[in-house]
Amino acid sequence: MSHSLPALRRRASAQVEAAAQPDRSRGPVPVITVQRLVKSYGVGEAAVHALAGPLDAGGRPLGVDLSIHQGDFVAIMGSSGSGKSTLMNILGCLDAPTSGRYLLDGIDVGGLDEHQLSLVRNRKIGFIFQSFNLVPRTTAVAQVELPLAYAGVKSAERRRRAMAALSMVGLADRANHRPNELSGGQQQRVAVARALVSAPAMLLADEPTGNLDTRSTDDVLAIVDRLNASGRTVVLITHEDEVARHAKRVVRLVDGRVKSDERQAPVTGPPPALLDPVTFAEHSLHAQTGVQG
Amino acid sequence: MNPLQTLRFAVGGLAANKVRSGLTMLGILIGVAAVILLLAVGNGSEQAVVNSIDALGTNSLTVTSGTSSAASTATTIQPLTVADAKALANTTQAPDITGVAPEVTTSQTAIYNGVSHSVSSVIGTYPAYFEASNSKVTTGDYFSDDDVLNSRKVCVIGATTASDLFGTASPIGKVITLGGTPFTVVGELATKGTSTSSFNNPDDTIIAPLPTVQNAFTGFGSLSQILVEAKSAADTTDATNEITTILMGTHGISSSSALDFQVSSQTSLLATRSSSTQTLTVLLGAVAAISLLVGGIGITNIMLVTVTERTREIGIRKAIGAPKGVIMGQFLAESTLLSLIGGGLGVVAALIGSHFSIVGIKPVIIPASVYGSFGIAVAIGLFFGSYPANRAASLRPIDALRHE
Repeated sequence: MSHSLPALRRRASAQVEAAAQPDRSRGPVPVITVQRLVKSYGVGEAAVHALAGPLDAGGRPLGVDLSIHQGDFVAIMGSSGSGKSTLMNILGCLDAPTSGRYLLDGIDVGGLDEHQLSLVRNRKIGFIFQSFNLVPRTTAVAQVELPLAYAGVKSAERRRRAMAALSMVGLADRANHRPNELSGGQQQRVAVARALVSAPAMLLADEPTGNLDTRSTDDVLAIVDRLNASGRTVVLITHEDEVARHAKRVVRLVDGRVKSDERQAPVTGPPPALLDPVTFAEHSLHAQTGVQG
Repeated sequence: MNPLQTLRFAVGGLAANKVRSGLTMLGILIGVAAVILLLAVGNGSEQAVVNSIDALGTNSLTVTSGTSSAASTATTIQPLTVADAKALANTTQAPDITGVAPEVTTSQTAIYNGVSHSVSSVIGTYPAYFEASNSKVTTGDYFSDDDVLNSRKVCVIGATTASDLFGTASPIGKVITLGGTPFTVVGELATKGTSTSSFNNPDDTIIAPLPTVQNAFTGFGSLSQILVEAKSAADTTDATNEITTILMGTHGISSSSALDFQVSSQTSLLATRSSSTQTLTVLLGAVAAISLLVGGIGITNIMLVTVTERTREIGIRKAIGAPKGVIMGQFLAESTLLSLIGGGLGVVAALIGSHFSIVGIKPVIIPASVYGSFGIAVAIGLFFGSYPANRAASLRPIDALRHE
């Protein structure tokens, strides 16, 4: 497993150089650089562009461009069919784009084979899914150990790091519980622990609070805020404004193109919720929308 | 991922669905047990036939006078003599021969106490005859070399002869009149009971020292035949060759196509029983192999169901960075574990089952069938598991995750 890593690194550093060139003026190296990304289903006349970006004069999609920097907290918003899940799947290396370039932490993902992709998913990305996606019949600590096991970390070290991650999400006392013995919020916190245990370049959360009640939503988002405050890059997909409020930057997608790109807080520094907690809490939308849930 | 970790995942996967795993193992268990047991039954029946032929004396050879076929170029036929028998008894020239019994045969009427009985075979021979023809006495004793040398008028009688002449009384020590000559009965043979017909009943016989019978009935001329005992059933071919060589010398024959005697054995009988029981063994083995194959297909079926059922889990594992090889390894380990445990239990079941006799046959386990069927079961697990495992590993993570 490890034999291909040096090759991957060499390649990565070469691509960091290439990717960094146009961005030198903007300071930090982007974790994610997406250039002219198009994802279509079907071919020819019947083709449907899930991700298209602006169209050129001939009606051909030019693709989506997006750049996310180290330490940023980006919420990608949009209604269903806007292409946000497609974008998320491509960013997570679960799906391949039809055309365009995707550099993750300096690595051109498009040029990787199946095995290298699994390494990238293992080392660079921490996933948090809407439906938790825990492995059934497996204890919380074993869940969290899983990415480390695939990375070839030794058993004792694995256990130590998994317990540390579980403590971070406040579930150290639930380490030996199986998913069916945990509440939804607890399951999602296990998923967060699993996502961060391998210290990935970014956390990728796809509607992480979509299946949670408001209290658990707050718990999970508080953890995500803390992780971002400690420097972890977070990309979060949501359709809820209340969730998007936590992000430093909000990108809205409509019909496969970027409609707006607003910054709510600087890239460096804590996320909005920790920047001014009192004001943030006062403007919570839960008062109107969340109580009955 | 080390092998131990893969194995732990596999055990976890199997333990998650105990009934299904158990039933799949049962398929392999029955397959392996059937192969071992049915081959053991086939082998057991073969052994039984060998034993019953052994009881007749598979290692005995009969030398008779005369040509074996019309093609023989022998011009004159020299009778077999006691000198021929003595030549055969030479252990340096015939190392594979352990016993030689020259025989003369006649038919006489035996009378005891006014009861008359016609004995179809009165045999004059040496004590080696009893060993070579597998004749054992139940009461009394065999006559000895000393009896032969002194031409004593003693005899050993067959079970049928004894019951016809003496009823239930013991014949030992009684004197019967055989063709006008009195003989003292020294032993009674155990019943052979192989032929139920009164024609050529092996139990209706009287055996007496050779010179006594020659003196009383046949005269000191030619022998009826020479019974030769080979060291073992496997040595009969060598023994036949030795007999042929020696008798060609004593009869002064130079060409093997001009023999004036023939050597016959139970080899033909052995060949017949081998072919019949081997057919049985092959048939039983084939039936069992089919059941093992069905068990293997059961593994494929269950692993396919498992893969389908766990598609989502595979997607999760892939999303958090499981390489293709690890997923493949996990499912292969599961199917191999199924066949390994199933096969192991099958061997145990067969070993237990072999202690009972099946349709009257005591199974005799062939060790190669144990290793063979166990090995095949494990290979089946690998082979039939590889398709579902490969299918699981080749799933695209996005498709696997979307699977409901």
